[in-house]
Amino acid sequence: MATGLVPSPTPETAPFWEGTKAHELRIQQCNSCGKFYFYPRSHCRYCNSTDVEWKTVSGKGTLASYVINNRPTPPFDKETPIIVALIQLDEGPRMMSNIVGVEAKPENLELDAPVTVDWEDRGDQVIPVFRFAEGA
Amino acid sequence: MAGSMHKGNIAIIGAAETDSVTVQPDMSQLELHAQAAQRALSDAGLKPSDVDGIATTAIPFEVAHHLGIKARWLDGTMVGGCSYMLHVRHAAAAIASGAAEVVLVTHGESGRSRNGVGPYGASPQSLTGQFEAPFGATTPYSIFTVPAMAYMKKYGLDRSDLAEVVVAQREYAVNNPRAMRRKPVTVDEILADSTVAYPFNKDMICVVTDAGGALVVTSAERAKDMPNADKAVYLLGSGESHEATLMSQMEDLTSFEGFRRASQEAFATAGVTHEEIDHLMCYDAFAHLPLYMMEDLGFVKPGEAAAFHKDGETRPGGRLPTNTSGGGLSYTHSGMYGMFAILEAVRQLRGEAFVQQPNVKTSFVQGVGFFFGAAGSLVLSNQQP
Ligand SMILES: [Zn+2]
Repeated sequence: MATGLVPSPTPETAPFWEGTKAHELRIQQCNSCGKFYFYPRSHCRYCNSTDVEWKTVSGKGTLASYVINNRPTPPFDKETPIIVALIQLDEGPRMMSNIVGVEAKPENLELDAPVTVDWEDRGDQVIPVFRFAEGA
Repeated sequence: MAGSMHKGNIAIIGAAETDSVTVQPDMSQLELHAQAAQRALSDAGLKPSDVDGIATTAIPFEVAHHLGIKARWLDGTMVGGCSYMLHVRHAAAAIASGAAEVVLVTHGESGRSRNGVGPYGASPQSLTGQFEAPFGATTPYSIFTVPAMAYMKKYGLDRSDLAEVVVAQREYAVNNPRAMRRKPVTVDEILADSTVAYPFNKDMICVVTDAGGALVVTSAERAKDMPNADKAVYLLGSGESHEATLMSQMEDLTSFEGFRRASQEAFATAGVTHEEIDHLMCYDAFAHLPLYMMEDLGFVKPGEAAAFHKDGETRPGGRLPTNTSGGGLSYTHSGMYGMFAILEAVRQLRGEAFVQQPNVKTSFVQGVGFFFGAAGSLVLSNQQP
């Protein structure tokens, strides 16, 4: 298990973090306008409707941008660079995550390349991380 | 007094920094506020008892009481580094509407020595604590920097374009005795250094300092009777705006809506065109910020800010002298840098800058806060329209 900060859910975000424990990426979709949105909240960020529903999404997306953090601060391991990434999900929303499974070097990090979700245990939570999609 | 908060009806009549803006291990954060405030009041020829309004990122009544001020107007707006642009704007509105007459705006931050400073870091239940910090985005260099790769890809830029911003601004800092980083530097030297957070090398990231700064704001009418009336700097226009606290929620990773909206309002309220701006301060905690700002403010077209820097247009004697103190990258950056961007604009407009540029009549100051979160813009002039 990698060391690092552990997220702590609120009542509104708990379904997201329950999903990650089940290795499912769950985000909310608005039944009024049909849009997916992130981060979790009681209403749609686009049309303000409260008719919203949790959905398990594909976990597929692309690498929108990144920075290689060569100086992580405790409780992260200071010696292990972290690829801090913005992931554009196929369903529309963008979220922050990590790219794992490659050495933290720019030549390994092609922008807009397809990625898929994976899971990392963190304290009493599970955080969503991403790998470059196989065969891509 | 009642009337417009813009168009030169409100003036900055006092402005000052702490003795040093680099390293001050013997002072607490509160004392940095206090020293800057006392110097700004003295610059304006005023006493604490003349002040009836206080605006600061600290607890406003703590600063007021510390200085012996009895305020009837308090503004604790805290939206990160551009808070001071908002303070000036809010003070102008308060003075124009009669809610205050003389407002003191203070900044003090023991960013380097960390004296009298609270703990750093997001609560694990906050949005950033849940959706950014667990991924190693815990420091400014691992949060604010994240969109830059998308920006560079869109416009075919590389890290040398970030280094060009550093080199351009260092030209000013070399001749500024108060600046933290004063050694001349080349693009190659910057790129040869190890990366703190790729694509950012150390010199593309702001200095970390202990510093304070303060402003005294009043009506232009009242400023005319003050000892340094000839040094008054007038507020022509202003704007403020925002996006999200989460970097992932920035609508377009290559352009910040906060810059676009705040600056449009500042230009519109000032009634000036881009051609009338002689001097620009772009809050530069990181080297990509002046690039985003110049484009979002409309000084250049999208994707053209890097070439504008490379061509020397922002350097001493260039078409648009920018970050003329050396900026956050070289001059000072205590944490919330916005105060120092305003203070350098005031110095240029007064003709008192360390690296004074010729014929500066109108200056545009653009701030940013909590990364690509909040934005504040001011248009300042040494002439009342
Ligand atoms: Zn909706």
